[in-house]
Amino acid sequence: MVDRAVEKSSLGSDIPIDVAIIGGGPSGLSAAIELKRCGVSRVVVLERESEAGGIPRHCGHPPFGMREFKRILTGPNYAKKLVALASAVEVEIHTMTTVVEARPDGELLITTNFGAEVINAGRVIYATGVREMPRSARLISGKRNSGIVNSGALQSMVYLKHRMPFKRPIIIGTELVSFSTIMTCHHAGIKPVTMIGEHDEITARWPYSVFPGLIDIPFRTGLRIFPRIMGIPLHLGARLIAIDGDDNVSSVQIELANGIRQTVECDGVILTGKFTPEATLALSGHLDIDPATGGPVVDQYGRCSDPVYCATGNLLRPGETAGWCWNEGRQAGRLVADDLKNKLPEFDRRIQIYLSDTLIKYAMPKFVGLPLSAGMEDLQLRFKNSAKGYIIGTSGEETVYRRKVSVHPEHRVIIALDKLTNKCSEGNIQLTFEER
Amino acid sequence: MSSKNQDHISLTPASNEIFDIVVIGAGVVGCAIARGFVLEGAHVAIVEKASDILDGASKANSAILHTGFDAPSGSLELDCIRDGYQEYMEIHQELGLPLEKTGAHVVAWNDEEVARLDSILSQAHANGVADVALIGKKELQTLEPNLSGNALAAISVPGEAIIDPWSAPYSYLRQALLNGAEAFFTCEVEAGTFDNGVWQLQTSRGTLKSRHVINCAGLYGDQINEKLLGRSTFGIMPRKGQFVVFDKAAHSLVNSVILPVPSERTKGIVIFQTVFGNLAVGPTAEDQISRRDVSTDKDTLQSLINAGIDKIPALKHMPVTAVYAGLRPATENKDYQIELDETQNWITVGGIRSTGLSGALGISKYVYKLYSQTGNKHKPVKNPQLPKSPVLIEASTQGLRRDWQKSDHEEVVCHCELVTKREIEQALEGSLAARSLAGLKRQTRVTMGRCQGFYCTARLAELTDGHFSNPIAKKINNG
Repeated sequence: MVDRAVEKSSLGSDIPIDVAIIGGGPSGLSAAIELKRCGVSRVVVLERESEAGGIPRHCGHPPFGMREFKRILTGPNYAKKLVALASAVEVEIHTMTTVVEARPDGELLITTNFGAEVINAGRVIYATGVREMPRSARLISGKRNSGIVNSGALQSMVYLKHRMPFKRPIIIGTELVSFSTIMTCHHAGIKPVTMIGEHDEITARWPYSVFPGLIDIPFRTGLRIFPRIMGIPLHLGARLIAIDGDDNVSSVQIELANGIRQTVECDGVILTGKFTPEATLALSGHLDIDPATGGPVVDQYGRCSDPVYCATGNLLRPGETAGWCWNEGRQAGRLVADDLKNKLPEFDRRIQIYLSDTLIKYAMPKFVGLPLSAGMEDLQLRFKNSAKGYIIGTSGEETVYRRKVSVHPEHRVIIALDKLTNKCSEGNIQLTFEER
Repeated sequence: MSSKNQDHISLTPASNEIFDIVVIGAGVVGCAIARGFVLEGAHVAIVEKASDILDGASKANSAILHTGFDAPSGSLELDCIRDGYQEYMEIHQELGLPLEKTGAHVVAWNDEEVARLDSILSQAHANGVADVALIGKKELQTLEPNLSGNALAAISVPGEAIIDPWSAPYSYLRQALLNGAEAFFTCEVEAGTFDNGVWQLQTSRGTLKSRHVINCAGLYGDQINEKLLGRSTFGIMPRKGQFVVFDKAAHSLVNSVILPVPSERTKGIVIFQTVFGNLAVGPTAEDQISRRDVSTDKDTLQSLINAGIDKIPALKHMPVTAVYAGLRPATENKDYQIELDETQNWITVGGIRSTGLSGALGISKYVYKLYSQTGNKHKPVKNPQLPKSPVLIEASTQGLRRDWQKSDHEEVVCHCELVTKREIEQALEGSLAARSLAGLKRQTRVTMGRCQGFYCTARLAELTDGHFSNPIAKKINNG
């Protein structure tokens, strides 16, 4: 009998790993493809699931792939296409491979069916994506019975395992994913009873990154009507007060915009959106974390507090589309390839972006190295509530940036890094929001 | 109902023999007593109305192994905690159970509390916990640098430890079963008669015969006594405790259990590490009528979080991983209610309100003493068999490796808590097979990490097909 304990996975062979990518979703795969295209020799993707592809694997509906492939694909087909592209350029994809610890100098403790093992990589790209905020962290009152799931878990149940946890759930949230959940339910024959959103308008916005244009308002109007077409009442400005039932959900209490409380009979609760980076490894490891984004602190190259590590995709900040992440991954791949060739431009100085306004949810990257040359071109911001006013950047006493904006929750606002920093001769930048 | 779930089947005739002992209730106390009596040589059956053990008061607590330093002097509770603590120290290695002797600090946050530290110190010494000492602000700051500046002084209790509230009772019962006990689940005791020295217990799964009955029904202890004896000397007054569990990143913010200076009614809100690497804050103390309702409340949870941040400011940036609530079976009395009814061969073990985990092994000893004092005797098991517990916590000092560290685990299913497919399959088999998601969670820790099941629920639904009477999900029948 072979002693399996001394066998190792094919990862730890004698050929050094130039770049290890943790996570085989859109950003991780696109980083891997780009690294190979840039001539990097051994690129390995460490994917803990049984198949690479990430979240799109269980989004059984379109639209995916418009930015990348100029055509509309369903999530699973999009995921397959990414995996095929990666395999075609000889990216090594290792599935069922879990990274347990990420240590300094690119040392990774992993586990596969061969057990625990330590591998080393020249550079590590974190591309672990996002997940939705669970019931616990939302501090929802009431029973903790079965039938309360995030939309991601529901999607995997429906599309990957052909199962459904309930028949008549309530949908909480009005982000894009919330509307995609209606389609997931429809696919499984699940009939949601109600949909509620905490804000006065729906949170979902037209994904500008795909088709820029002024069609946000008709898009949102369409989304508003969509649940009703599907026979699902939509309540905006409504809150989930408590969940009731014994072993299973039997009803929920909601509070409508007019303050009236209502009991909604249902057998499940779908908690959608409120994305948070899956930063487990970074949190338990040695990297600095930005509490605002929930992801690692990075500069515009995506480099973490340990420059051997680089972060990309939704781990950087919650909740962008697959296409956006794919693009970020591609850029991260190029930057890491340059870094390995010592071609990454050095910084003369590095400034930190501080947020001194509670309306601003986050700004990423947190550090900007000057002079600007390669890397992310924009600062990405999100806001907690809808407001109109000015984003103001100050450095010391001096105002270095000022722009009129109208902001909405979960809606991306970008500021070109060159416009933000070109008047900043020294010191850091403080961002505030002045309501008008 | 699926073929793998046997709970609806009536008790087999073979199990209709006369047991020496029937233990009602498989909470931590019932499991410890089953083990204790089995090792003493008794033929024991344990009955549990839920599908899995630890479904009542034992499912949620602060998982601290107490020394008894603050238990009421001269109380039965103190005796049981001291004995229980002692025995856990003796057996945890051979049972493969975790123990982290973090110690505790009873921290005074204002002058009034500082003034009360002396009496806590003298009570601890009177209780025989000799290494308890008073420490000043400076020393406390050195030991616990993340406490807020309002921490003025503390009593240091080096012996307090943290353990796993579930693997311990699972292991007690596993050892009982390995050495001859029988367990019946989804088996609710409905009535009973005592005749000619034999109890006939009518359960939802048929009749069980036993010479003695030990009521360990926890939150239902008084009801069982009323139903079977016609009276109860105490009434259960459920007291809910809510908890907030912070992300593993918060674990290192304390080095010991941070206890408050207690009030009359409750030990107050504790900040404690878990052996699984989290940091938790709780419990509250809320009296309620319901013996089942473990719902959590947003405002209460928020106030727990605020209380935590107040004491440890760095908690402000820590994400919440889980929230939970437990019920303590409090009574109108402060002490444990352990009574022997010699005329009816009945022992009541009630009112084990908040120290059941620490006291269980000691309670078992005490109850066996009561039992043997009335002339009952068995031949203790020589070289009892040791159960094999799943290793949920890596402890290189004890030579314990997690399953993911070994080969052929097949797959990591729960990524947050690193639970493997092999561990899940093992928990779904055997005499203590998980029959509910809650039971599987307690045995393996699946879905108990950061993502709370976002990633693994679908896979779990597939792996647990046919094992649970209330399945995670059903197959879609749309062709």
